[in-house]
Amino acid sequence: MSNYIKLIVLGVITVFMAIAANYGRDLAYQVHAILLMVVAGGLFLYTLRNTDEPEPVGVYNPGEYFDSVIRAGVIATAFWGVVGFLAGTFIAFQLAFPVLNFDWAEGFANFGRLRPLHTSAVIFAFGGNALIATSFYIVQRTSAARLWGGNLAWFVFWGYQLFIVLAATGYLLGGTQSKEYAEPEWYVDLWLTVVWVAYLAVFLGTIINRKERHIYVANWFFLAFIVTVAMLHLVNNLTIPVSIWGSKSVIVWSGVQDAMVQWWYGHNAVGFFLTAGFLGMMYYFIPKQAERPVFSYKLSIIHFWALIFLYIWAGPHHLHYTALPDWASTLGMVFSIVLWMPSWGGMINGLMTLSGAWDKLRTDPVLRMLVISVGFYGMSTFEGPMMSIRAVNSLSHYTDWTIGHVHSGALGWNGMITFGALYYLVPVLWKRERLYSLSMVSWHFWLATIGIVLYAASMWVTGIMEGLMWREVDANGFLVNSFADTVAAKFPMYVVRGLGGVMFLAGSIIMCVNLWMTVRKAPAREASLSVAVPAE
Amino acid sequence: METYTLLREFADSWMLLFLFTFFMGVVFWVFRPGSRAEHQDSANIPFRNADKPAAQETEV
Repeated sequence: MSNYIKLIVLGVITVFMAIAANYGRDLAYQVHAILLMVVAGGLFLYTLRNTDEPEPVGVYNPGEYFDSVIRAGVIATAFWGVVGFLAGTFIAFQLAFPVLNFDWAEGFANFGRLRPLHTSAVIFAFGGNALIATSFYIVQRTSAARLWGGNLAWFVFWGYQLFIVLAATGYLLGGTQSKEYAEPEWYVDLWLTVVWVAYLAVFLGTIINRKERHIYVANWFFLAFIVTVAMLHLVNNLTIPVSIWGSKSVIVWSGVQDAMVQWWYGHNAVGFFLTAGFLGMMYYFIPKQAERPVFSYKLSIIHFWALIFLYIWAGPHHLHYTALPDWASTLGMVFSIVLWMPSWGGMINGLMTLSGAWDKLRTDPVLRMLVISVGFYGMSTFEGPMMSIRAVNSLSHYTDWTIGHVHSGALGWNGMITFGALYYLVPVLWKRERLYSLSMVSWHFWLATIGIVLYAASMWVTGIMEGLMWREVDANGFLVNSFADTVAAKFPMYVVRGLGGVMFLAGSIIMCVNLWMTVRKAPAREASLSVAVPAE
Repeated sequence: METYTLLREFADSWMLLFLFTFFMGVVFWVFRPGSRAEHQDSANIPFRNADKPAAQETEV
């Protein structure tokens, strides 16, 4: 019966998209209409062929965890990771060598079009898939319950991939609302809202079905991430489409209110997407890999409440020296500085989990990866509040220092902890005895670490240099340097940054090969898991 | 009174008080006497049920 409803809905969507492709006012919208028509039409045929057929037996087993969707999520994370790092490395070289903005690709593959593709690919495609996959894994294990909602989890996975493809192709074709980290246009935003509600339902449903009395702290962080991102997404994308047949829309906020809403969104995308969600990973994978419980569970609860109560106010520090009233940007700055405490409390909690097991760092490169990610977390959460101070911000804002700060957080913290999680998950999910090669993990570790150091160091140098050059005045009060002077001076650092990116990318490719070989070549784990296995 | 002024007044008085007391309440709740065993049990959740869902509710 449900198949008949599905067929009606998919049929209507297919026809609507065909009409939309015909009436579409701009290229991005037309391409998306055709894409959605093909997807909906394909699903229509697939559903039709399975209608009134006998149900396949033995697919749904309530006595097991729902791991197939997590395996797909692991593959998607690794794939989008390489795509995002490749895009980032390419645009880094576009900045160093402008000739790479090819004439024939002008308007599609120049820096301005590729830059949002890079940021969204690494944050939402790589980071988002990592968050969805690990949250599905962790919520099942720590609730001792199968994922709620049956195939709804598959809808979340494929719906999210569709969102990524729509967003990415939209950027290249010019469909963007030009808000940082919130570039997708109105219809893509609506689709993400549907997917996100389904994600919340799956996650919350599993928690409600839990067999453990207590909700483990990692799930608190994941839940805060899902709920807050939903709220941020809705408020920052309250737009009115100019036409139902076009991608252009107009935001309901105007002027400085719009800027404030955008940076309330933007900073909490960092705070709840890239911090709270990934802290959920930290609170599960570090104890698992170190084989000891978290250092202080009490501290983890205080860490959670302090972090979510403070982070939400930090956004205005992006708007120092603007039309935003001083009290608001001071408020943002003060909350950013107070954030030092929960950030470092959480970092200490993660690191001290290893107390008594520090020797494992010598032998276990996966644990080393998880630990250095927490180290980078501590470093970038020290740097961030410092840069939010108005006097420091007057030097650092609009310079490459900001870019360096973002990347020590994103590559160091989010990247490294995701790599550690992938190395942990692949042998478990594909039932392998161990990883294919630990020395390849070490290679990945060192390539990535040195890559990040090159990246962050070159951006500090070039950022502070250009900040000082911009404000330099001569005895008569005239500016000494033109903008082009600063660009010329930055060239060597841009090359170093690009090389750092190459190293980081190379490490991630080594990881993909290693994970692939783990699935193909590593010895299988014994099937009888009901028999007690001694801890290794 | 304008909506903005009204909300602003509410935000920096009652709402601030509520959030602050809630947070202090959490801190006191965490450190309440006799909670150690419960926290230790919670911290060990990742080391249970790694392979398949639990059949029934776990007892503390």
